[in-house]
Amino acid sequence: MAEIALEKVGKTYPDGYTAVHALDLTVADGEFVILVGPSGCGKSTTLNMIAGLEDITSGELRIDGTRVNEVAPRARDIAMVFQSYALYPHMTVRENIGFPLRLAGMDRARAAGKIEETARILDLEGLLDRRPAHLSGGQRQRVAMGRAIVRDPRAFLMDEPLSNLDAKLRVQMRTTISRLQKRLGTTTVYVTHDQTEAMTLGDRMVLMNKGRVQQVGPPDELYRRPHNLFVAGFVGSPAMNFLPAEIQDGALRSVIGRIPLTDRMRNALQRRRGVPRELVLGVRPEAFADPRLGGVHGGAEPCSFTGQVEILESLGAEKLAYLTLDADAAVRSEHLADAFQGRESWSGDQLVARLDPASPVREGDELELVYDPDAIHLFAPDTGVNLTEDA
Amino acid sequence: MTTGRNRARWSAVNALVLLYALVPVAWIAALSFKTPATISDGAFWPRRWTLDNYRGIFANDDFVRGLVNSIGIGLISTAVAIAVGTLAAYAIARLAFPGKSLVLGVSLLIAMFPQISLVTPLFQIERGLGLFNTWPGLILPYVTFALPLTIYTLSTFFREIPWDLEKAAKMDGATPFQAFRLVIAPLAMPGVVTTAILAFIVCWNDFLFSISLTSSDAARTAPATISFFTGSSQFEDPTGSIAAAAMVITVPIVVFVLLFQRRIVSGLTSGAVKG
Repeated sequence: MAEIALEKVGKTYPDGYTAVHALDLTVADGEFVILVGPSGCGKSTTLNMIAGLEDITSGELRIDGTRVNEVAPRARDIAMVFQSYALYPHMTVRENIGFPLRLAGMDRARAAGKIEETARILDLEGLLDRRPAHLSGGQRQRVAMGRAIVRDPRAFLMDEPLSNLDAKLRVQMRTTISRLQKRLGTTTVYVTHDQTEAMTLGDRMVLMNKGRVQQVGPPDELYRRPHNLFVAGFVGSPAMNFLPAEIQDGALRSVIGRIPLTDRMRNALQRRRGVPRELVLGVRPEAFADPRLGGVHGGAEPCSFTGQVEILESLGAEKLAYLTLDADAAVRSEHLADAFQGRESWSGDQLVARLDPASPVREGDELELVYDPDAIHLFAPDTGVNLTEDA
Repeated sequence: MTTGRNRARWSAVNALVLLYALVPVAWIAALSFKTPATISDGAFWPRRWTLDNYRGIFANDDFVRGLVNSIGIGLISTAVAIAVGTLAAYAIARLAFPGKSLVLGVSLLIAMFPQISLVTPLFQIERGLGLFNTWPGLILPYVTFALPLTIYTLSTFFREIPWDLEKAAKMDGATPFQAFRLVIAPLAMPGVVTTAILAFIVCWNDFLFSISLTSSDAARTAPATISFFTGSSQFEDPTGSIAAAAMVITVPIVVFVLLFQRRIVSGLTSGAVKG
């Protein structure tokens, strides 16, 4: 068990490219922290620096208060699960799981007991004498996990351990990992590019972009109170809707109607200086409701608008309605491009609403939707900062 | 229809190639079983079979000594070339170090260098160093010329081994040498065996260095020894003995390759990583 502290940890490659900018993060003992972000955001580099597989070029990494920048990976007592599993193909499952024990010089009888116990935890008992080539993807993944947990390391590092599994197995393994981590109580740093995985797994989420931390906090907080456009766009599925908006006479003028500023918004906006007139309005698909089913719950008077349902996706537990609005404005921000992997412009006449499956809506309908104005986020298009949240 | 015709066509081509490659070998084999009287009768198959040629060469101490030299020098050279080549190839495949392309370039240069142009300087150097006509005197050039081949072949094998395996070994607590010995080397084994066979063949088949850098049977290898064969009288050609000796030095190599061919299994790394 260990506390992992990163203090201004940075990575600059010899060619001058900086993959990670002075990163500050403390992973508490027993905590499950998820590093998440689009590809190339520096999350894997960060993990490799914690592992010792990559040199730290600036800052300090401490495990339980001791500086380990210069300590070799084998001396850090950290186990890692790789995306590729990296099982040793010439060894059986038993030998694979037992490899760290063999290197540690544990006597055979004790090691055998440990291996059996690990196999039991991971449901690998019948496979111990097979070689990795004769295992399914899920089994290989479990062997990789076994190799990590067998020696009770101070911390686990996981580098996209589920991304090679098919969707169903991934959901299954997700809960397995979650359960395992709770049971063992071992400090875990987990890297993924999948926001669903990040939301469901960890205690805290560290969302990164371009080598910088965008926001750190419990998944729920990142979902509800995103600090900027990037976070707002990255977290949540389907993604938050972004629409152009303007402040006019104490209200917001937008394609989803005139929205009176709530007290919360007014206070937040007043505390900032230089709020631009044109803003990006963000509203989650979950914020909308079909008024025929009872509308929304919220303190403020609900707002409403109508649009034509272009496509309706029925997912059983919910319905996703893609609406076209009567507007030609578009939202443009490089911060959105990062969150949506290159999609820079967000057409202001498109909107997704997540509705109750009981809604009688059909494709082609003119649909009236209601929403709580307090569910609105306002962002500055140039800096991407969420103006309705206290930074 | 078409596949049948295709197969027939391929069989014909295969037979032709085999014929082309094996007729000289068969001829030598046939010669080695002929008696001195029938050796020049023009018949392909011996009219009268005899093992006298084989008995003769094994009674010849020089040839037996040459075989011993060949085997000893070949094995030592191969072992040294593989040991050095494995480490060099690993470094070339995995590490970024200054002068890497220079090392590769120079080793390629050595491989392309015409050996005949090196014989005279080598002769002088080895006489000066006292290596002339000794085992080390032959092992040295053999290792030198086997190394480029070894480095090239092995670095390809090392490149195919997923890097993640090494990282995993490091995380599991292995020192770099343990990672190499317990994870990388076993996976590279098929490649090492293949390369070893090739290196051994290079040394075993050498004639030029052996004839130039030796003066007695102290280090002269079998192929060079054959060129010193004499007939039982000055009116007799040692053709039969040469043929028999040629068979004796060819057969082990063929057996060797056939034996180890099974070890050259491809796809041993499957299952390591999802791919």
